[in-house]
Amino acid sequence: MSTAVAVAHQANEEWRQPSRGIVGMACLIAAESAIFIIFVVAYIFYTGKSLTGPTPREVLELPIFSTICLLSSSITVHFAVHELRASKVRLSAWWLAATVLLGSIFIASTAAEWYKLIYHDGLTIRTNLFGTTFYSLVGLHASHVIAGLIMLGLALIFTLMGKVNQSHAERLEVLSIYWHFVDAVWVVVFTVVYILGR
Amino acid sequence: MSLCMNQAVVKGLMACAPLAHASQFAQSARHGALGLSNFLALQLGQSSTSIFAPEGTPARSIFGLSMLVLAICATIFVVVAGLLLFTVIRYRHRPSDSDREPPQIYGSNQVELSWTVIPVLIIVVLFLATARIIFTTQQAPRPKAALNVVVIGHQYWWEYRYPKLGIVTANELHVPVSDPSNPTPTYLTMSSADTDHSFWVPVLAGKMDVIPNKINTMWIDPDKPGLYLGQCAQYCGAQHAKMLIRVYADTPAEFAAWIKDQQHPALQAASASEGRTVFLSNACVNCHTVSGTAAHGTFGPDLSHLASRATIASGAVPLNQQNLRAFIDDPANFKPGALMPAMHLSNHDLDAVTQYLMTLR
Amino acid sequence: MVTQTPVTSIAGHAPASQHGSRAFDVVYDWITTVDHKKIGIMYIVYALIFLVIAGIEALLMRVQLAVPNNTFVSPQSFNRLFTMHGTTMVFFVGMPILFGFGNYLIPLMIGARDMAFPRLNAFSFWISAFSGFLLYFSYFAGSGLYGAGTAPDVGWFAYAPLTARVFSPGHSTDYWTLSVLLSSIGSLGTALNIVATTLSMRCPGMKLSRMPLLVWLYFVTSCIAFIAISPLSAAQIMLVIDRYLGGHFFDTQAGGSAVLWMHFFWIFGHPEVYILVLPAFAFANEIIPVFSRKAIFGYPAMVSATVGIGFISMGVWAHHMFTVGLGPGANAFFTLATMVIAVPTGIKIFNWLATMWGGNIHFSTPMIFSIGFLFQFLVAGLTGVMLAAAPFDWQLGNSYFVVAHFHYVLVGAILFMIFAAFYYWYPKMTGRMLSERLGKWHFWLFVIGFHLTFDFMHIPGILGMPRRIYTYEADRGWAIWNMIVSSGAIFQTIATLIFVYNLVVSYFKGAVAGPDPWDAWTLEWSTSSPPPSYNFAKTPTVESRRPLWDLKHPEEPDTQYE
Ligand code: HEA
Ligand code: HEA
Ligand code: HEC
Ligand code: CUA
Ligand SMILES: [Cu+2]
Repeated sequence: MSTAVAVAHQANEEWRQPSRGIVGMACLIAAESAIFIIFVVAYIFYTGKSLTGPTPREVLELPIFSTICLLSSSITVHFAVHELRASKVRLSAWWLAATVLLGSIFIASTAAEWYKLIYHDGLTIRTNLFGTTFYSLVGLHASHVIAGLIMLGLALIFTLMGKVNQSHAERLEVLSIYWHFVDAVWVVVFTVVYILGR
Repeated sequence: MSLCMNQAVVKGLMACAPLAHASQFAQSARHGALGLSNFLALQLGQSSTSIFAPEGTPARSIFGLSMLVLAICATIFVVVAGLLLFTVIRYRHRPSDSDREPPQIYGSNQVELSWTVIPVLIIVVLFLATARIIFTTQQAPRPKAALNVVVIGHQYWWEYRYPKLGIVTANELHVPVSDPSNPTPTYLTMSSADTDHSFWVPVLAGKMDVIPNKINTMWIDPDKPGLYLGQCAQYCGAQHAKMLIRVYADTPAEFAAWIKDQQHPALQAASASEGRTVFLSNACVNCHTVSGTAAHGTFGPDLSHLASRATIASGAVPLNQQNLRAFIDDPANFKPGALMPAMHLSNHDLDAVTQYLMTLR
Repeated sequence: MVTQTPVTSIAGHAPASQHGSRAFDVVYDWITTVDHKKIGIMYIVYALIFLVIAGIEALLMRVQLAVPNNTFVSPQSFNRLFTMHGTTMVFFVGMPILFGFGNYLIPLMIGARDMAFPRLNAFSFWISAFSGFLLYFSYFAGSGLYGAGTAPDVGWFAYAPLTARVFSPGHSTDYWTLSVLLSSIGSLGTALNIVATTLSMRCPGMKLSRMPLLVWLYFVTSCIAFIAISPLSAAQIMLVIDRYLGGHFFDTQAGGSAVLWMHFFWIFGHPEVYILVLPAFAFANEIIPVFSRKAIFGYPAMVSATVGIGFISMGVWAHHMFTVGLGPGANAFFTLATMVIAVPTGIKIFNWLATMWGGNIHFSTPMIFSIGFLFQFLVAGLTGVMLAAAPFDWQLGNSYFVVAHFHYVLVGAILFMIFAAFYYWYPKMTGRMLSERLGKWHFWLFVIGFHLTFDFMHIPGILGMPRRIYTYEADRGWAIWNMIVSSGAIFQTIATLIFVYNLVVSYFKGAVAGPDPWDAWTLEWSTSSPPPSYNFAKTPTVESRRPLWDLKHPEEPDTQYE
């Protein structure tokens, strides 16, 4: 320990830091979670406080099928990353396509649900507190699904164009983390809106 | 000889001079300090809304707590600021200092532990003292003799309802004086008709927000008769500044008389019948109530006993014929942004209406 | 094998600019840049412009309040003034200036070439800049400058239901909410960038436990930002839904709750004040040791205190709501939680004192501003503790005492440290020293003005003067204090003008700084001033918290103390 410069610095000591893509996605998820928490809190706070109908019990049906679709898309996107990492680009593309398909089914059934609510049950965002909180919470989640679908769709197109290879596995993984997050949020939204809130 | 004397005197004077200067300086300094503290005391005492001049139980217990908190904080301030001053002076760079860097010290666990533990102890003390006052104020047992008043905040004026007594009035709150041996506090049940407001009469109690869709309560117990001032303390729009509060603490006899006056519909002097017609045939009735007439509006203050009040426009304007006339002509003369429109009455009608309102005792 | 870069060897010149000297090229270069240093400087300049604008708004308010029953501005204009002043100072002065310094310094201090996501960085800057513009555009929109346009007048915390369409017709509140929403997106982007940079871009040997404290504090600040700023965005989205789509989140007529907005706002608002103050602490952590010529005292304690403040600050928001009618239990809880923050904050104050203790304190301009900061932050913290005692707050809340408390922190602590940071890092950014003589004038005039204004502002609060009133009655005994308060603003204005003058003149005429004018110890001083666009010719390697100290004092390196 005589001089500073002579302090042995292990040149071969490995200098590893987490990937910035993953760190960035983790930050984004932290921030998004906080946003969702606020919307969920507002939803819970206002359950049963609407001054007029319709009430959730009267109009909401459990979206079981679309939930299954969305949750299983988490598995398919996982395989897409897995295969890309193993350099199996074609297989990865198939899994990606499945993911996009499942996500689209989810969005389509949300659209159908909203159509029914608006035109049959007369529930709009202006109708009462339930309408306001319901459309904004479910809509916020749906907008995240759509954003995810767009990105997954782009990834699929690039893959089909042959511009994707094993070196992109990490980026696809970052995207898949986002998708898992969107799914996890749905579990919360589903529980709060369709189970507790009814 | 005389020259000599003179010299001696001069010498003596010279010798005295520094002394004289000093004592003069000391005196003027003392004078200055006294003057300053006198001035401060005068200025602070002059305010009718000082939180340090409590006249009721809630304000008084807050005052006690604040003195404790102030004393503790002042002590911390003196110690820490003293340390800072000492460090800055003692360890300042002097030209004579050598070029060598001072010894590097990286930390010390004992020292750091001590300045963690001591603040924790201080905070325990502060918290316990505070919690006591929170609970004694918010959960004080409510005496049977307590009066209940409903307070409704409106954009830039206050509505007061006495549900048990059937009285509705505005802007000037009357409550009975509370004798400490036989307390008759007034409980205020508060809500708002529009935006947030806050009810604050510093010498009586701390403030409490007045919020739409939420009911808050607070209590006051002035123990001396008189007028207590305050004002809305939550920003509520353009005229938040002129949403003043006047609380009259009446002796039991005065209060009983006031109740009686308020419960009767106002006398309808024959001389004012023309103004009454003008009032009833204009839009006034959409917004104002005068008991015993067809005017049942609730958007503006109840005018049934307007003339029994000392002020109009929520304490902003002393009530007299001239001011009242100018106010009805265009409220923006006193309160630009107030929610009563300029009524554009003819001069004749204006005089008549003013006359009429002045009879509503 | 020894990869440390000697201080002098790389203090060369940046390669000549590719662009010609035409003004267009320069502007084009700045607009399209993704270099963290340029973005940092743009943040800072933009914040300075807004500081002057919001300062002028403050001056106008002080003119209006100098005497009772004044009619200098109309009530509506006054309400716009304090709304715009508060919003601007918090979102378009405080945040951008701190992000600006962070952007500039963090990569340099950790030996990186740029931020983790340079393009996101540029995006965040431009969206913040746009949102500031949007806020002020409201003055011109609608009825134009005459009648002060439709600038927002709902106060910087915009309590519901005042923001509902019924009470705020027109577009003023829309400008406010959209502008705040956009600026918070920008802030989130920058916070994300800072976290990713500190976690993933450090040079070899720069372990977390060796990062300069400034970087640590920015890291914690950014983490707070994720959890604090997002609720603000969520609340603003709800407000937009209410105002544009007819929702009822805060519509009290339809059963909505005004108190919910308060909770959402302060869940953001309280951590926000720590987001603002932590970077100020960060500057103090760098400046005080260098001018005391001593290592920071208790580095691990400083880091844990910061993290502690971060955590506690999430659970104290309702101390802004002591008067909304919480139950006694909640009042007691938030009193305790709030007071507990005094402990980690006290640790910081004491560690700074201990750093100076036994040192050799040089009173250069950055240091005297830091000493002013220490003193004023102490006072501000203690008035904060008074407000934290809930019953005391029932009296003081929403009075001028609160205004005095928070200006003591925002001006006396944060603005002072920002000034200190300017004097300290300006040489690095421009290659020129700021004038010390003007710096001393700036300091003393500002100190006088500050204390005239904000010391005496406590008194009308104690005498019952609420905030946000455009005028007051003559008989309340507030007039004399308001006169003193207003007179202080004049000194602050002159001082600020001297400062701006100093910034401009020194850029052209200041003494040449050289790479390391303060004989400092962190990595940014190992490269030239201003640094080349690639920051370091060779990626540095560090072995301790003060790499340049090790280099200058090989006989007693920091490394032996880890
Ligand atoms: C950067 C800004 C900043 C900072 C750092 C603080 C720090 C603190 N603030 Fe302040 N505050 C604001 C900005 C800030 N505040 C703003 C902007 C508002 C008003 C918003 C609005 O309404 O518009 C506000 C309002 C505000 C209120 C609400 C008042 C009201 O509206 O009714 C309260 C109440 O508790 C409060 C308390 C505190 C406390 C306890 C601290 C503590 O963190 C202070 C801790 C520091 C110390 C205590 C000093 C050092 C410690 C020691 C020397 C150790 C020994 C001390 C003890 C044991 C006590 N603040
Ligand atoms: C970082 C934050 C910050 C800063 C630095 C300041 C700085 C100042 N503030 Fe501000 N203030 C707030 C944040 C800040 N404020 C907030 C959040 C609010 C609450 C708003 C609300 O209630 O919604 C508030 C509210 C507020 C009020 C209360 C208004 C009210 O409730 O009615 C007042 C009143 O005196 C005030 C005064 C001042 C003054 C005199 C300064 C001075 O320190 C300013 C000094 C700077 C200058 C004076 C600029 C210098 C000008 C030039 C160099 C140009 C000169 C050119 C010409 C004159 C043409 N501020
Ligand atoms: C659109 C509603 C509206 C109409 C119409 C209206 N007023 Fe008012 N009036 C108000 C409101 C609101 C206030 C409270 C103003 C304030 O203090 O901010 C008020 C206050 C007053 C006051 C002062 C009351 C007090 O206690 O301070 C008087 C007197 C008054 N109005 C008289 C009249 C007369 C006379 C007319 C008709 C010629 C009239 N008003 C028409 C809404 C109205
Ligand atoms: Cu009512 Cu302010
Ligand atoms: Cu706070």
